Amino acid sequence: MKGLAAAGLAADGATGTATWVDVAYLVAAICFIVALKGLSSPRTARRGNLIGAAGAVLAVAVAFASEHPRNLAAIVAAIVVGAAVGVPAARRVPMTAMPQLVALFNGVGGGAAAVVALLELGGLDRGVPLVAALFTLVVGSVSFSGSALTFVKLQELMTGRPVTFPGGPYVFGGLAAVAVGLAAAVYAVGGAGGPAGALATATVAVSLLVGVLFVLPVGGADVPIAISLLNAFTGMTVAAGGYVLQNSLLLVAGTLVGAAGTLLTRLMAAAMGRSVTSILFGAFTARAAGPAGSAEQRPVRSVGPEDVAIQLGYARKVIVVPGYGLAVAQAQHTVRELADTLTARGVEVLYGIHPVAGRMPGHMNVLLAEAEVPYDKLKDMDGINGEFASADVALVVGANDVVNPAARTSPGAPIFGMPILNVDQAASVVFLKRSMRPGFAGIENELLYDRRTALLFGDAKESLSKVLAAVKNS
Amino acid sequence: MHSSVALLTILVLAAFTGYEVISKVSTTLHTPLMSGANAIHGVILVGAIIVTGHADTPLEVALGVVATVLATVNMVGGFVVTDRMLEMFGARRRPAPLERDGADRG
Repeated sequence: MKGLAAAGLAADGATGTATWVDVAYLVAAICFIVALKGLSSPRTARRGNLIGAAGAVLAVAVAFASEHPRNLAAIVAAIVVGAAVGVPAARRVPMTAMPQLVALFNGVGGGAAAVVALLELGGLDRGVPLVAALFTLVVGSVSFSGSALTFVKLQELMTGRPVTFPGGPYVFGGLAAVAVGLAAAVYAVGGAGGPAGALATATVAVSLLVGVLFVLPVGGADVPIAISLLNAFTGMTVAAGGYVLQNSLLLVAGTLVGAAGTLLTRLMAAAMGRSVTSILFGAFTARAAGPAGSAEQRPVRSVGPEDVAIQLGYARKVIVVPGYGLAVAQAQHTVRELADTLTARGVEVLYGIHPVAGRMPGHMNVLLAEAEVPYDKLKDMDGINGEFASADVALVVGANDVVNPAARTSPGAPIFGMPILNVDQAASVVFLKRSMRPGFAGIENELLYDRRTALLFGDAKESLSKVLAAVKNS
Repeated sequence: MHSSVALLTILVLAAFTGYEVISKVSTTLHTPLMSGANAIHGVILVGAIIVTGHADTPLEVALGVVATVLATVNMVGGFVVTDRMLEMFGARRRPAPLERDGADRG
């Protein structure tokens, strides 16, 4: 099969596609850009995704119309099968299994790119297109097996803890070098032997192993970040495939995803307070036999004011739990403004005042009365504790010990036995804190590390002002 | 402009664009965005169609079919699952804002 790259290039370097094809692919690319932009904001996210889907459908239609592919029946049948597998999987899988489903889809995408590259090998001579094809072959295989392993980890078919073994980094590095070496060998023979060639097959096999080793040392909570990185990798392989096939849409779409995916990976890591390298390779340098990280390493969900604004805006019931931090920041007026704005949008806002919130009983009541919070919204502990279970968001402003579950569960804790506010019964919890330093009692609060808990770091008044501005903007 | 430089130009512009358009995403949307981007790279289906369309030997056709199935799963499944993740942003509308005057503050 003659390489399409060779066939497509005319003497002056122009590609052989008709103008309408290029324009149509450009429209599809624009759809993808609009899709990514739309996906960055809640109001436009769903619409953005639909626009992306429209672009994809357009691209496929143009491919059929402009390429006049042979083996048409096989292609159509394959598409039908793919849809028959993909759609039910996407609709029936429970929401909690979403990340691993994305991992699966990413993996097969990488696999598809690798196979496409494999099919092109025979027709290419030494040159940049062959390098691109080999890049796709290696990285696509890594993405395929790596994604499969992330699925296994998230689906809890194997341990979620990082898996390391002595010499792990060297085995990984060595195998990666072998993969690159084999690819170089394929290059040296100019892609001869095509898809079935021994060298090409060996390259794929070793790359699959590298993908597995890449993901093995990543621990459970960090796995989504590995998925995001593999997602970016697959994007890059699609771009490289586009280069090989001289297809501008694949090049653009792949690059868009590769770039966006890379930034998203860094953003996801930052939200966890970790760096990407520590997530991917941290297990190798971790102190031996340490339990899942010391306090400063334990990941917390750190969010921005916009995220909090979104949660509050979409809630039906919000309970504000004020504490000493509110007093220190003198944020009582800001919190009342925020509550008023939410109430005007139909959100029910209540305040839960713990008897020892602040530094003295009644401290919070005085502060909030000064801010002219309506008295009937201020509930004491008995009045509010039953409300948390039906609350969408518990907004904890500068309070810590009064919501610390250790009071119920840890007999050794200084606060054990103290009745607390049941914020952990709320659907989600947002803590406004200046730092991870413990509260007055000086002990850890497990609730901070809970999956449903988000932390907005900063001075209470500043944070609340930003949240208020974001709520007003949305 | 020579075609390989034109290609490089497009690549660089696409990379900057991809990076910039998602720079303001909030944490709540990280997973749907990852899913949406994943669906977009399913457009490798175009590549699969092209290579399968030019396949000669049975092996090549078989491989091409495999690539096509996989790419379709990525693309179709990807957009559907992203839409599903975003359902919760559309359906749960906040109650209509109450009027300013006479708003029930109690």
